[in-house]
Amino acid sequence: MSTGTTVDLSERKVVHDERVKERNKLQRLVIRPEMGALIGAVVIFIFFLVVAPPFRGPDALATVLYGSSTIGIMACAVALLMIGGEFDLSAGVAVTTSSLAGSMLAWNFHLNLWAGAALALVLSLAIGFFNGYLVMRTKIPSFLITLGTLLMLSGANIAVTKLVSGQVATPSVSDMQGWDSARLVFASTLPIFGVQVRITVLWWLLFTAIATYVLFKTRIGNWIFAVGGDQESARAVGVPVTRVKIGLFMYVGFSAWFLGMHLLFSYNTVQSGQGVGQEFIYIIAAVIGGCLLTGGYGTAIGAAIGAFIFGMVQQGIVYAGWEPDWFKFFMGVMLLFAVIANNAFRNYAAKR
Amino acid sequence: MRFSRLAAIAGTGLLVLGIASCSSTGGKPRESEGGGGGGTVDTPRMTIAMVTHEVPGDSFWDLIRKGAEAAAKKDNIELRYSNDPEAPNQANLVQTAVDSGVAGIAVTLAKPDAMRAAVENAEKKGIPVVAFNAGQDAWKEMGVKEYFGQDGYIAGQSAGERLKSEGAKKAICVIQEQGHVDLEARCAGVKNTFPATENLNVNGKDMPSVESTITAKLQQDPSIDYVVALGAPFALTAVQSVKNAGSSAKVGTFDTNAALVDAIKNGDVQWAVDQQPYLQGYLAVDSLWLYLNNGNVIGGGQPVLTGPSFIDKSNIDAIAEYAKGGTR
Repeated sequence: MSTGTTVDLSERKVVHDERVKERNKLQRLVIRPEMGALIGAVVIFIFFLVVAPPFRGPDALATVLYGSSTIGIMACAVALLMIGGEFDLSAGVAVTTSSLAGSMLAWNFHLNLWAGAALALVLSLAIGFFNGYLVMRTKIPSFLITLGTLLMLSGANIAVTKLVSGQVATPSVSDMQGWDSARLVFASTLPIFGVQVRITVLWWLLFTAIATYVLFKTRIGNWIFAVGGDQESARAVGVPVTRVKIGLFMYVGFSAWFLGMHLLFSYNTVQSGQGVGQEFIYIIAAVIGGCLLTGGYGTAIGAAIGAFIFGMVQQGIVYAGWEPDWFKFFMGVMLLFAVIANNAFRNYAAKR
Repeated sequence: MRFSRLAAIAGTGLLVLGIASCSSTGGKPRESEGGGGGGTVDTPRMTIAMVTHEVPGDSFWDLIRKGAEAAAKKDNIELRYSNDPEAPNQANLVQTAVDSGVAGIAVTLAKPDAMRAAVENAEKKGIPVVAFNAGQDAWKEMGVKEYFGQDGYIAGQSAGERLKSEGAKKAICVIQEQGHVDLEARCAGVKNTFPATENLNVNGKDMPSVESTITAKLQQDPSIDYVVALGAPFALTAVQSVKNAGSSAKVGTFDTNAALVDAIKNGDVQWAVDQQPYLQGYLAVDSLWLYLNNGNVIGGGQPVLTGPSFIDKSNIDAIAEYAKGGTR
């Protein structure tokens, strides 16, 4: 065997086949999960700018953003949970549970409202933990577990409220200590360039930014994608699957608490029947934004765009002054349009 | 596990914090009021079923139930309350009441056709049925003995007349549950006497979206100078929307609750059309007691109207006390 032959590497050509093809920057941008939603949002935005003159003002934008923000804060958490491969159907009612708990604990025991809020946070995180623990422990799909929690919570909301306050709405807490400062944090309005912007809009953007950072720049983010993609493989390579998933359910609990506090401090009394059905709106927003129902794929920014589309369509129809009886129909058409645009774009981008 | 210990410590810390930081203002009334236990009749104990189409968690139905319970207590009646917003389920609830052999049935007829079979079964068995709150067009031909309620359309008409007399130019009628028969009837009534009325559908399960939708409508059409809400919680939200939109529109509403009293007092809400839900619940139970014990029938075959009447600044003080107590 001769080992002395020298290989002249300078003459050698590197073979490029399609599997290792470098993507250019533009292509890398267009295959992002939220791209389809972004284009859908822009198209719908321009559409309403054309058909609805009152939609053009900055005040209208502030109204649309507010409507979007209360959906978006929850959609962000729900999207993370969906990327992690689970659903939470109790998310809508959990918001009401949290604001009821905060209000009635403070009212009943004469606590400072901040203390009531802190106890409500403990409760909300506990509900998230309960969901996550049961899902991981029993291996029953989260769809069923959280469906159970949804029914339990919606019943408990009404029953407990009635036990405590004797009626189905909570008593007013606006004369209690901590009201003003809590209202400042959860439900104030800030003048930005002369436009009255609700503070939830800023919180929404902040939460989305943090979630995006965690998803793409930290180890926890990798874990979330891993457990949503393939739970068993993730466990095999050492991802703490149980903790990640329980953590995600608890993050949904945290967001439900935050939105619950917003409802409490902006409306003062809470109706115990609220929130049923909202969970689907959060999931819809996440899906429009490019999350897959099967998990392992999606972004937080996408969920924010999804919430924006939802808020925009909801208010845009009113700004356009269309026949109100058709309201839900128009909303369905717009959402279908957004999802199809999203899907078509994703397929197109995937082929490239 | 380190994680769970950390969570436990955080939880305990929050509890301690919660107990240490009390609010010296507001909250639950500190001294307990003595319950007024009035006298009761000496007629034999009997069971009456009340079956409504209540959507769980609406403060309006609290008042109906409180009235019914007050009458039951006075009349030595065991009241079995049940409810389901879906008409077929509500009909089943009536049927179970019939099967369990109650002495009388009080029922709301929001969707009369779905209820007909169950109500007629009750009458076949000789169980007297009274209707209240909804079903003014249908109760008589179904063989129901009495009816207590407010006609949604008539109430809407009187609200429309009120708008006219206050010199309103354009109004919106906010429907929190699209397709609800009585709510649509109210708005149709408003439109009948005040033609410059537009309906606006909102998602009543989600207050922020109610707020933004009304705001959006006010921004879209600045000529709107009156918002008519169909429930007290939505009227209070509409007040915020009006502020958000920088509009000068006034707010009026149907139905009342405790929080609305302050809003009427300080002028945020102009008036409320009151259908006296407490009275409806009370009369439904009390009329059955009268019929079962003495054969009395109230109303002489005509509907007994419990509304509409207006609550505004001029008479709010007389009602405020009861509203705070949760009975108006």
